[in-house]
Amino acid sequence: MAEPGETESDPAGRKGASPPAIELKGISKSFGPVQANKDIDLSVAPGTIHGIVGENGAGKSTLMSILYGFYRADQGEIFVNGERKDIPDSEAAIRAGIGMVHQHFKLVKNFSVIENIVLGAEGGRLLRPSLQRARTLLAELAKEYELNVDPDATIEELSVGHQQRVEILKALFRHADILILDEPTGVLTPAEADHLFRILRSLRDEGKTIILITHKLREIMAVTESVSVMRQGRMVATLKTAETGPEHLAELMVGRKVLLRVKKRKAEPGAKVLEADGLRVVDERGVETLKGVSFHVRKGEILGVAGVAGNGQTELLQVLGGIAEAEGALRIGDTDIPLSGFGSNALARRGFGFAHVPEDRQHLGLVMDFFAWENMAFGYQNKADYNSNALFMDNAAIRAATKSGMERFDVRPVAPGNQARNFSGGNQQKIVLAREIGSAPRLLVVGQPTRGVDIGAIEFIHQRILDLRDEGTAVLLVSVELEEILSLSDRVAVMFDGRIIGEKVTQETNERELGLLMAGVTESAA
Amino acid sequence: MKVGLPKWADVVLIPAINLVLAFLVSGLVVLWIGENPLRALLVIIKGSIGSAYGWGYTLYYATNFVFTGLAVAVAFHAKLFNIGGEGQATLGGLGAALVCMSIAWPHWLLAFPAAIIGAMAFGAAWAAVPAYLQARRGSHIVITTIMFNFIANALLVYLLVNVLKAPGQMAPETALFPEGTNLPTAHDMFGWIGVTFPKSPPLNVSFLVALAACVFVWLLVWRTRLGYAIRAFGWSEPAAVYAGISPFRITMITMLISGALAGLMAINTVVGEAERLLIDAVQGAGFVGIAVALMGRSHPFGVFLAALLFGVLYQGGVELEFEMPAVSREMIIVIQALVVLFTGALENMVRMPVARIFQAFGSRSA
Repeated sequence: MAEPGETESDPAGRKGASPPAIELKGISKSFGPVQANKDIDLSVAPGTIHGIVGENGAGKSTLMSILYGFYRADQGEIFVNGERKDIPDSEAAIRAGIGMVHQHFKLVKNFSVIENIVLGAEGGRLLRPSLQRARTLLAELAKEYELNVDPDATIEELSVGHQQRVEILKALFRHADILILDEPTGVLTPAEADHLFRILRSLRDEGKTIILITHKLREIMAVTESVSVMRQGRMVATLKTAETGPEHLAELMVGRKVLLRVKKRKAEPGAKVLEADGLRVVDERGVETLKGVSFHVRKGEILGVAGVAGNGQTELLQVLGGIAEAEGALRIGDTDIPLSGFGSNALARRGFGFAHVPEDRQHLGLVMDFFAWENMAFGYQNKADYNSNALFMDNAAIRAATKSGMERFDVRPVAPGNQARNFSGGNQQKIVLAREIGSAPRLLVVGQPTRGVDIGAIEFIHQRILDLRDEGTAVLLVSVELEEILSLSDRVAVMFDGRIIGEKVTQETNERELGLLMAGVTESAA
Repeated sequence: MKVGLPKWADVVLIPAINLVLAFLVSGLVVLWIGENPLRALLVIIKGSIGSAYGWGYTLYYATNFVFTGLAVAVAFHAKLFNIGGEGQATLGGLGAALVCMSIAWPHWLLAFPAAIIGAMAFGAAWAAVPAYLQARRGSHIVITTIMFNFIANALLVYLLVNVLKAPGQMAPETALFPEGTNLPTAHDMFGWIGVTFPKSPPLNVSFLVALAACVFVWLLVWRTRLGYAIRAFGWSEPAAVYAGISPFRITMITMLISGALAGLMAINTVVGEAERLLIDAVQGAGFVGIAVALMGRSHPFGVFLAALLFGVLYQGGVELEFEMPAVSREMIIVIQALVVLFTGALENMVRMPVARIFQAFGSRSA
């Protein structure tokens, strides 16, 4: 709030009207030959929530990293509240009143909430005064913004949603007036996300400015006043949220029309293909991560497994994929499948007709340093077609199979001789899918099929999974994106704390009901 | 951020720059002790590859380094750092010696394959223990293989002093092997085709085995299913498990192959040259193998070239000692160490600047 006489803090001379909280002019940044940001202009009005959307690799994170001082722009200027600022590091960003909540929290796990909050902002050699200051402030903030967390709890004890609040509190403790949140809802239940949005709104009402980076268009529509769309390093549009809609935004992001919901025929489920009974996993630390999981998947249907990340889905995928051993029983058709010891590894699973698209394609599904063609044989290295004899592999045959697989799955570029790491996330995923679906499986186990995949490719991947279902394959789909579960699966099982807490037919349920289950609230308890 | 380089620059240019740097610094060292570095370089080159005699020694040393270099290279494809080449080669020598002394071999054509098997089996067995400890108990293979070098040495000393020493002899070494185990030297082999080659260099038929081993490793790593599994495991263990590759199995097999290759070195030194088991038959070749593998980028062809370079340095170093008394034995070790330092340990030092230059040119043309 500039006083009428104070013109020097308002160089643009716009007396009375408050300058934008953040203004970027002509920001460019390149990494070698890759231009991550091209001549970007952005203006964020103070006291608003401003969304930034764009596909992976559109340059959102780079732009925000420039704003927060992780990178320096090659060109361009940054204005904060109308003043030109040089932001060489994050300390300067904090001094300028900018705070950031990262996608992956930067908290010391075994420190208490309050210790984490003062960390790096102790303001003296002695800890006690700043801790005391933090405690007072924390109590105020908690009252003001519904940001209540126990100041003395250690971070490990907190749920993910609460950990995120600590991140926000950290920024507020450093007097941030401008908050940047990078993909904040990726790890939250729908209810937690709603709570976060309430917090953001009350922060806005107090005059804070919020920049929300997300790929979820629904959130943009729900909480922002204005939204900027990035595509291929450029800012392609800035719109008032009220004057746009998700379809329009998606089109701007991709540069062409996109089907947000795939067309789905009615499922024709057949006989049970996979039956799991009482799957139990105890990890190395002795923690029970799967606590007796039972389910079945029929021929020609998709069973969706929903849940907040970290409730046993990863372990379930590992057990089914033959990566982790388990107790319990697993049957495909009438055949019992060993869950531990001999014949329980991933190769044996594939022998039973399993195909597995793992959650983490970069660490499990692909060897990033292998060529695309080497990855196409990955997990199928024993297949007769890929081997000349008992010793030698038939590299020419693998290359040929790779080429046709890449064409069928629209991998770009069709370059079997490129290393996997040189493909984009979406194309990497398509390589994995080409390999796994190409094996003509009886059962496809697929985890987070569209994580880190651009919108254009999402549509394609969803369609392929549905096609496979229609051809009579049983599909088990694990995803933390509720929307994805709802649009693909025929039945939904919700996992909570290592158990399947409820199972619904997709058509007879809704996001609210599933959201409650994801938070561990069952009908009997409610 | 990782900076990309064209493949040829990665494979040829960077090692070449490193080598030149190593020689420059070595030159300064020579200058410092008051000798002419250019003359020293000339002596090294003339002494090592300037005559058939020199070649005979250079290739003899190179044979050792090919075996130990390949041993490290194979393990490195599974990201296992086998520092135990020294011990495995020591045990390889024991295996070869036991085979040679076991019966009165009628002809080297029979004794040689048997000695090869003996050397490989003992070398592999010596690598098997650290491999098992790594795969099952998680004891780091770098630590265990180093410790096994000392154990191997102690074991050999004990055996030579107390068990295998030739009766009535002072030195801790076995009696000469029976004549039927003596391998044809380069002199003999060139003689078969009517070419004269000096008699004294120890270069022998093992060199051909080393060449065959290079081809074998190339086929193994890039053409076989096992090699595929080894590389997959090396790049990413979780991914290997996802593909149904057993980490235990790959760790064991890779280390067995690696140990066998290191053990194989003994056919050159113990059977080919000394014709008896001495107390220090390996002479640091196990450690040189690490530098050779690093410099050769774990590729058999690169290993061969690097082994050749170290052969030149070894043989040239010996000549240098003769020709320039001011350059002591220790000085030669310093020069060799500088080469190891620049081509192995400091390999990444020039990578960044070179990559920057490439990038500058690349973006200008783009």
